[in-house]
Order: sequence, then C-alpha cells, then structure tokens
Amino acid sequence: MLLTDKEIEIVEILERDSRISNEDLAAMAGLEIEETNAAIKKLEDLKVIVRYSSIVDWSKIDGHEGVTAMIDVKVTPKRGVGFDEVAKRIYRFKEVKSVYLMSGAYDLSVIIEGRSMNEVARFVSQKLSTLDSVLSTTTHFILKKYKHDGTIFEQGEEDKRIVVSP
Amino acid sequence: MKQTKSYLSKTVEQLKPSGIRRFFDLASSMEGVVSLGVGEPDFVTPWTVREAAILSLEEGFTSYTANAGLLELRQGISSYLENSFQAVYAPESEIVVTVGASQAIDLALRAILDPGDEVLVIEPCFVSYSPLVTLAGGTPIPVQTKKENDFKIDPADLEKEISKRTKAILLCSPNNPTGTMLNKQELEQVGRLAEKHDLLVISDEIYAELVYDETYTSMAAIPGMRERTILISGFSKGFAMTGWRLGYVCAPEDIAASILKIHQYAMMCAPTMAQHAALEALKTGTLDVIDMRKSYRRRRNYLINSFNELGLDCHNPGGAFYAFPSIQSTGLSSEEFAEKLLLEEKVAVVPGSVFGESGEGFIRCSYASSLEQLQEAVKRIKHFLDNNR
Ligand SMILES: Cc1ncc(COP(=O)(O)O)c(C=O)c1O
Repeated sequence: MLLTDKEIEIVEILERDSRISNEDLAAMAGLEIEETNAAIKKLEDLKVIVRYSSIVDWSKIDGHEGVTAMIDVKVTPKRGVGFDEVAKRIYRFKEVKSVYLMSGAYDLSVIIEGRSMNEVARFVSQKLSTLDSVLSTTTHFILKKYKHDGTIFEQGEEDKRIVVSP
Repeated sequence: MKQTKSYLSKTVEQLKPSGIRRFFDLASSMEGVVSLGVGEPDFVTPWTVREAAILSLEEGFTSYTANAGLLELRQGISSYLENSFQAVYAPESEIVVTVGASQAIDLALRAILDPGDEVLVIEPCFVSYSPLVTLAGGTPIPVQTKKENDFKIDPADLEKEISKRTKAILLCSPNNPTGTMLNKQELEQVGRLAEKHDLLVISDEIYAELVYDETYTSMAAIPGMRERTILISGFSKGFAMTGWRLGYVCAPEDIAASILKIHQYAMMCAPTMAQHAALEALKTGTLDVIDMRKSYRRRRNYLINSFNELGLDCHNPGGAFYAFPSIQSTGLSSEEFAEKLLLEEKVAVVPGSVFGESGEGFIRCSYASSLEQLQEAVKRIKHFLDNNR
C-alpha cells in the first residue's frame, strides 16, 4: 500500500517514541490534531502500526533476567504451502518471540525467550526438533544485549557540549 | 616596565566582549539547567566518520598536508558543492580547507580589506562577523533586518548603507540566530545590488544542509554571482563536526590565491586527522545528514508551535537549528528576559541583542536538543511567563 509523506512521518515518529502525545506528534509532523488522530486510526486499522510496545532491559531486574536464544532451523518445505505451514506450527508456541524466513545456510531463524537455559533447551529438544519438517536446529544463546532495535542499552553518550555557545 | 595593559593593541582593547560569554559563565555555575543556548548539533559525529579518523591515525597520517588541504578532500568538496548546490569551484585553485568556517571568514576578510574599507554586515548575525571585520582593518557597517520581513534583507535598507568605501556584503543563510533562509529571488536581489555597486559578497553557507521547507540556493549559483562571491562553509553544523574544526572557503582564483597566502603563513594547513574525517563525511556522512535534518525539522515544528501557543510570536525559520521568538509582550529587554529566565527557571537562552541591534526584543533558542529537553524547557518558560506577564 502507498502512504502519504505525512503518514510516513507519523509512523517514523511513533516508531521512535510511541508514548508521545497526539498533540506533540501533530506539532512535530506539522499537522492539525484532527488530521493526526485520523491518520493514526487509519494506520492502526491497516495494521501498519501493529502494536505499541516498550524496549525493556530485563537484565537489570533481579530474578527476571531470563535467557534468549536464536535458533537456526533447517526444514523441508511442504508442497503447495512452502515454508508458511511449518513457520505457523513454530510461531504458535508462546515461547517463540520471532520467526523469520532467511536466505542462506538455514531456513528459519527462531528467537526464543525462557526463564532458564534448561527451559529453552527442553523446548528445543521436545517441541521444536520433534516437528515433522524440522531437519536440524542450531541453538545460540545470547550472552549480552548491547543494542536492541536501534537502541543502545548502556547509555554512555551524555551531552558533552558546553552550555551556551555562539 | 609599563603596566601590562598598556602594551595591548588598541584595536583589541576596543572590541567589546561577546555577550554570550556572560551567559555561559552564569549558566555554567548552575545545576539542573536546561539549555537552549547551544549553537551546535546535539548529535555526535557519525560513527563512520569518527572511525575513518581513527583509521587515519592508525595508518600514521599525522604530518602536514598541502597548505590548501588534501587535494582529494578539495576534489570531494568540489563535487559535493556542484552536485548539491550547483556551485562550481576548481579543486586545484579555488578551494582552501580551513580551521572551521571561523577561520574561513577571517581569511576572506583579511584577503580583501584595507584600512577604511567598509563591509555591510546583515544583522542579527553570528557574533564574530563585526569583530573580524575590525581585526582585518575594515569597518563593519550593520544593516538591520526586521521581524515583519521574517528577518529577510530589504534591498532598500541595504542600498542605503552602500558608500564609496563599501567593499563587500557579509551575509548568512540560513542564518544564525534567526534561522531565516533566503530563497533564489531574495539572493538575486542582493546580487543585483552587488553588481550595480561592484561589491563582493561573502556568503556564509555553513547551515546549507539544514533546510526544512524549500530547497537551498547558494549565492554562488546565482547567475553572474560566482565571480563576486566568497563562499564560506564547513562540516561543523550539517555533519555534526564542530569539534573537528574543519571548514573551507571557495572563491575565484585571484581571491583564493590571496586567501591561501595568508593561510600558508598563519596556519600552514587544517588538522590532518580532521581532513581525513571530512573526506569520509562527504563519502558516507551524507546519509546521516538526511536523518539529522529530519530530526531537526520535527523539533523545529514542535518548538515554533509551542512558542506561538505561549504567545511568544515566532516566524517559521527555514533552516539552521534556531528559533527566534519575540519576547516583547513581556515588556522585558532580551537581556533581562534571558537572565531572569535563567535565574528563576534554569533555562538558558541567548538574548537576541548579542547578535545586533535588531535582535533586541528576541531570544535565540536552539532546538538542537532532545524532545524531552525541549518539552521541559517549554514547560518552564510557560511557568516563567505566567509569573512575569
Ligand atoms: C553563522 C555561523 N558561521 C560560522 C560558524 C563557525 O563555524 P565553525 O565551527 O566551522 O568555525 C558558526 C558557528 O556557530 C555560525 O553559526
């Protein structure tokens, strides 16, 4: 679908800060508030804006650190439905956070979050690798998140400018 | 020995100290200040550029370059100016790489001025212009612009100040502090006057990348003007590289040669590491410029809208990263306003009066700050106005 420049502007601003008020959003995009409300509604209805969420650094919260694993999955595609059918069988598990079809050495990239390594290992051995079309899995545990969705977790760069300058 | 003071140059003694200095000292001594007083980008230099500079150090590029700067960089600047702004300059003979646009302005003035020569300085403007004219032995003649014209130049006001001694017009678009950008027609009007009275134009185009509504026109691209224009620019603002101190000046061959003569004696060359960084900025940094421009535009829209809602009448600035709202409704002078605002609400702004007589009644507010900072500043200014109106 084609969106107007103003709609794209709204999406870009919201993608960076979904909690911005509609008034400030309208001002930044140079739109009237009614236009802005209507555009947001349209974008939500069209599922261009799928959901509003926060980036949380769980590693900061004791007892909730959790583990994330990225799993390379090789599968046999099914006649007629290709990879979609097996992708669906995988993404329905609530442990699965993301599923992407990949080019290259494997077919699906699956991201799993669990409370412990054991929990993830159990899921992979009991649920994922036992699926009919799954040929093999390679599991990589994430040790530390430096940057996620464009956001650097360790905020190191404070404002180094002098307070008043010409 | 005489008193040390008595040795000092009379010219320097008589220069008045920059009004910005006082606010800097005041604001620096306070905690919790939200500053809209910063005249530089809030972005850190793009990583590709920083990385290229680090690499240049690793590879040992630590010696002088040619006086005019690395030829490869001048070639890069030449194609960049031609592709972006249709300003055509020969890399071998018409471009000199300098220590910031600041040095470029200084060199341009020193290359053309003899004692008694006058330079028309369009105000409100960057604080260095008039002192640099004076230091170069010339006489700055301020020409005021007005809010009712969105601080654009009125050709009649300009022409009134032209005398036999006038050598050049010094202007800046987009402007610091007003943000005003001159479009093609408006530049042509100035150009026609320069032709009629046979003057040079020193065109400070340091904010050329940061324009938000109309496309940018360079003075050097106005038909007939290249031969009488000295173009000043650099990497500080558009590429977020203020601390690298890298700029350039472009001028017809004779003028460029004179500029280079001073540069070679007074400076040798611009910093080598910064030149390597600039080379990379022209190659890959232009993508970052697009993102930064978008971000400034959104923040401009927010801040201008907020000021007008607060009753601080503000024109829509076409470029740079400054809002220049009127504070006349408060009955305070711009100096009083800025000082009171800093002391009572801890918001730093720069009084318009430091940029020239016509800046009185206005304050310069930079929107090179995060949205959160701008929102906080607006909240505090609202509180201030509620108490002071
Ligand atoms: C209009 C104008 N010209 C020149 C400069 C100086 O820039 P540079 O950092 O390249 O010396 C500034 C910086 O504030 C400016 O606002």
